[in-house]
Amino acid sequence: MTTVPTSGPASRTVGDRHRLRNILLTLLTYLLALAFLFPLIWMIMAAFKTEAQAFATPPVFFFTPIWDNFQRALPSYLPALTNSLVAAVGSTLLAFVLGLPAAFALAVYPTRRAQGVLTWMLSTKFMPAVGVIVPLFLLFRNLGLLDTRLGLILMYTTMNLPLVVWMMHSYMSEIPFAIYEAAKVDGASVAQEFFGIALPLSMPGIAATALLALIFAWNEVFFALNLTSADAAPLSVFIGEFKTSQGLFWAQLSAAATLVVLPVLIFGWIAQRQLVRGLSFGAVK
Amino acid sequence: MTTVQTLPTTTTRVPPAPKRGIRLTPAALIWPAMLYLILTTQVPFFMTVYYSFFRYNLVDPTSRPFIGFGNYVTLLSDPQNLRILLNTVVLAGGTLILTLIIGAALALLLNREFLGRALLRTLLISSFLVMPIVTAVIWKNMLLSPTSGFFAWVSQNFGQAPVDWLGQFPMFSVILMITWEWTPFAALILLTGLQSLPDDQIEAARLDGASPWQEFQHIVLPHWMQAIQVVVLMETIALLQVYGEIYGSTSGGPGIATTNLPYFIYQKAFAEYNIGLASAAGVLTVILTNILAVYLLRLINRTTASNRGG
Repeated sequence: MTTVPTSGPASRTVGDRHRLRNILLTLLTYLLALAFLFPLIWMIMAAFKTEAQAFATPPVFFFTPIWDNFQRALPSYLPALTNSLVAAVGSTLLAFVLGLPAAFALAVYPTRRAQGVLTWMLSTKFMPAVGVIVPLFLLFRNLGLLDTRLGLILMYTTMNLPLVVWMMHSYMSEIPFAIYEAAKVDGASVAQEFFGIALPLSMPGIAATALLALIFAWNEVFFALNLTSADAAPLSVFIGEFKTSQGLFWAQLSAAATLVVLPVLIFGWIAQRQLVRGLSFGAVK
Repeated sequence: MTTVQTLPTTTTRVPPAPKRGIRLTPAALIWPAMLYLILTTQVPFFMTVYYSFFRYNLVDPTSRPFIGFGNYVTLLSDPQNLRILLNTVVLAGGTLILTLIIGAALALLLNREFLGRALLRTLLISSFLVMPIVTAVIWKNMLLSPTSGFFAWVSQNFGQAPVDWLGQFPMFSVILMITWEWTPFAALILLTGLQSLPDDQIEAARLDGASPWQEFQHIVLPHWMQAIQVVVLMETIALLQVYGEIYGSTSGGPGIATTNLPYFIYQKAFAEYNIGLASAAGVLTVILTNILAVYLLRLINRTTASNRGG
């Protein structure tokens, strides 16, 4: 359709027409991309405006940026940031501790049953959170896990574990098998194969997977809202508190939102290619 | 590297078993992860099923009579609840279709050489990375607000009265918002799919005199099916569970216009403490998700198969 460069007998007019079409398509691409980025640009701009400027109609496009909004958002942002960091990092670590050995075993000892285990792990993703939230809520209440960081870590681990197993399985299957064979000949144990070969050789995969797990845990809303209230409330709950502000504190809301999304945006931009692979569970490379 | 990759499946693997102390077996490596997932997904789900057969309200935890399918009958006989079921499907389906169309267009546009292409590709993933609840509050307050929202100003510039988007077109607005979030996902997966298409196939088709449309229909599209399949499956699972966007923007309203199953369950369980009814709705959501996911997979597989044949 839009794939263009033809190798046909290019008369001059045809070439010109193609060039024009190419320029127009490029313009269209830029316009569409701008449209998609606009809500974010608008939000980040508002974070540097005064409340009056943020709320003004017609909108203010040119202004002197100020930092006050960030300073005002910071006191309530920091505790939520700590909770988000602990929950995201903790759950990513736990998911790796549980998931890496499993991924290794499934990749290096691929039996028919291993394929079944992989499929089953993916199928746990078919389980909507609402299908498990009620008993988990009651259980957490009885165990005193409600509104604790540990509770969040446990739930986010459930969310990220299938992802870790699948992605790491995909990376570890790419390690040439001859390396394992050689190690076996030298009498390496399973543990030595795991720590000596599989882990060091799949470091790039570990980095990409960890990033994705961190982002998912950071952005999670459902468990955060329903299993925490004050003490362990992460950033998603902190931002949720602005939902009733009804246009009263747009600049401050924008500053808070910018602080929440900026880390994820930067990391996501850096690792975009690996993210795409991870998001499709390695199915599309 | 690629040549060795085939080895693991062909070699019969009998792990050598020298006996010395505790040995790590493959099964021992897999079980912790499996056990964790069983304990946190399967067990609670069976408990959800169990609770769904009781009249169980946390306000009165002592009386918990067994009522069989009573909760399901209540859910399915109330026309309001059918509306919620319909909302869930419309929201997921509408968003899925829009993200596929816009995502495919973006992928085709980005699959060309032009200045700044790598940068655009990278920036494009942004809206997918934004926390859903941030999306909701920003769209609700700063873009869709009928008094000072950006869209209101745009329509005023065109001489139109400002539209109360979330009030007048709540479902459409929510779909639009979630489409904004998920289009980058579709676009980037579809772009990756396009880029894995070998150039020589296209060239061969051109040499055979295929028109651009024929080329797209017989070469690009069949090759694209795997990527499309991934997008459809992942989005279906995710979109049936949309919660934060609704919580942050409309709270399911006006009325129940944008209430979907997850939001409904949240209301029943955490506002009304009606554990029995919420559990039944949870079971229905799981069934709906699985039916749709499996059905869509089959549908796509059949399309792929017929495309390959034709």
